[in-house]
Amino acid sequence: MRDSFIRALTELAAEDPRVMLVGGDLGFAVLNDYIARFPQAYVNAGIAEQNMTAVACGMALAGARAYTYSIANFPTLRCLEQLRNDVCYHKADVTVVAVGGGFSYGQLGMSHFATEDLAILRALPDMTVVAPSDPWQAHELTRQIHARGGPGYLRLDKSQAGLPPGEVTLGKVRTVRDGGDAVIFAVGGVLGEALAAADLLADDGVAVRVVDVHTLKPFDVEGVLASVRACPCVLTLEEHSIIGGLGGAVAEALLEGGVAPRGFARIGLQDLYPSEVGDQAHLRAHYGIDRHAVVARLRTMLGLKTARAIVLEANLVGA
Amino acid sequence: MTAAPPLDTEDLASRLRRHVVRMCASGKSSHVGSGLSMADIVAVLYGEVLRIDPENPLWPDRDRFILSKGHAGACIYAALAERGFMPLAMLETHYQNGSVLSGHVNHRGVPGVEMSTGSLGHGLGVGVGMAMQLRRLGGEQRVYVVLSDGECDEGSNWEAALFAAHHRLSSVCAIIDYNKLQALASIEDTIGLEPFADKWRAFGWAVVEPDGHDHAALRAAFAQAAAADRPTCVIAHTVKGRGVSFMENRVLWHYRAPAGEELAAALAELDLVDA
Repeated sequence: MRDSFIRALTELAAEDPRVMLVGGDLGFAVLNDYIARFPQAYVNAGIAEQNMTAVACGMALAGARAYTYSIANFPTLRCLEQLRNDVCYHKADVTVVAVGGGFSYGQLGMSHFATEDLAILRALPDMTVVAPSDPWQAHELTRQIHARGGPGYLRLDKSQAGLPPGEVTLGKVRTVRDGGDAVIFAVGGVLGEALAAADLLADDGVAVRVVDVHTLKPFDVEGVLASVRACPCVLTLEEHSIIGGLGGAVAEALLEGGVAPRGFARIGLQDLYPSEVGDQAHLRAHYGIDRHAVVARLRTMLGLKTARAIVLEANLVGA
Repeated sequence: MTAAPPLDTEDLASRLRRHVVRMCASGKSSHVGSGLSMADIVAVLYGEVLRIDPENPLWPDRDRFILSKGHAGACIYAALAERGFMPLAMLETHYQNGSVLSGHVNHRGVPGVEMSTGSLGHGLGVGVGMAMQLRRLGGEQRVYVVLSDGECDEGSNWEAALFAAHHRLSSVCAIIDYNKLQALASIEDTIGLEPFADKWRAFGWAVVEPDGHDHAALRAAFAQAAAADRPTCVIAHTVKGRGVSFMENRVLWHYRAPAGEELAAALAELDLVDA
């Protein structure tokens, strides 16, 4: 996704001389081509995210279309007040790009886990919040964010859902798998786990709809309500705290929209700081954010019995 | 389009002081001392130095002015009203229900305010970014950022200082209202800044240290900054509460709003200055 973003930004810099990338001393090797082609559209702000954000804001207020770039929480939480007071209040054309959503940097420890960013950034007025699920989407949504203008936040994930390129529209959910028994809303690369869970449940004859919510703000309330009207058993999946992110956004939309689901569950990181490390797949499994967690939860919600329960029941009947 | 003609800066400073005292009194607001402290700096900038056009606040060739010590917003609103960016009567809405003239300087709905501040340590970085982009576009505009001394406790200023010096952003002029008092006590008793000028020099900035109430010295400092080959820090030595004897150098007037006899006494002293 990171490379797709940089490819898109390179195209944009060729088309729009106002593009300016203000980096936070990260992006070793991956930014080389961009910098070589557009040295005047790049500045390394060093290891100083407050100033990186302030400089990007000042440049935007003087006519640039600025992008800040760093990893995990550095371009967001470290400089949150610069985003709130400077970028958002002034509606400055700054897009914050964070590489390493969720557990992307799983071995690096909790400092590098972006697990509250969506909730926090979504609370900032005028901030667009986007988390693509595949590299092709990162490319396309970068272009759409640019067309829309900042303030924006682009959360890039190491994992990817693995879907082929298709249509994607900023602010509109994508139904990527049809089904009528339940619906999973997912954000980011963890969408792949939702699809895998839907495959597993299909073996039991359960048809699960999967919806890609790549844009958390502006939030596609109508799209979410329409999916839930069709499938009232609802599960949200995010590699993010269960507080305030996708699960919260969906719940708010449903309650205020007067669409009551039959069942509703949020799968995400519980309200804790992860202290265990491992790769993204390991941490998803460890913290219950993977396909198996989804399957188990949906089975319970749908009143399905596990194979073990069926065996136990059969034994009891036999005795 | 050209910059507005200059005003008499001594007269402007007196007017600003009276506005600040009246606005803080009617709004029962804090920070009267902060506004009085920088009134001369603001008068010289808005009266003479800044290339701005009240008829066209967003004139692309304008100089940029940022009040990073946003709590002294009353003084900037007053300067903008005196320069014709808004009617003087609008100053009466300061702090009132429904007003856009918040205690901390606000750009929304207030023509001429470049940036809203209030949380300290935000203005310099944004000013530096403006300077970077304006230079990139080949512009001649200068960027002035007024900071408080206590504000220099904020590390973000020093991030911006490093960046501006590294990029030799000579159009940046930071002005520090160095009145040596912060919210609860003196600077030296809180977080000492000395040797202050040496710190800025060590960060790669040119430094000028005028008396912040001497208009000729301020003019010379801004001229020196304009000729420098690097960003300049104007450390303006000031007196908090300047112009009202009983407010001068007293921490109390960081927070206290003048009322009743105090207000009358303050305005009487300021009228005397004007005479």
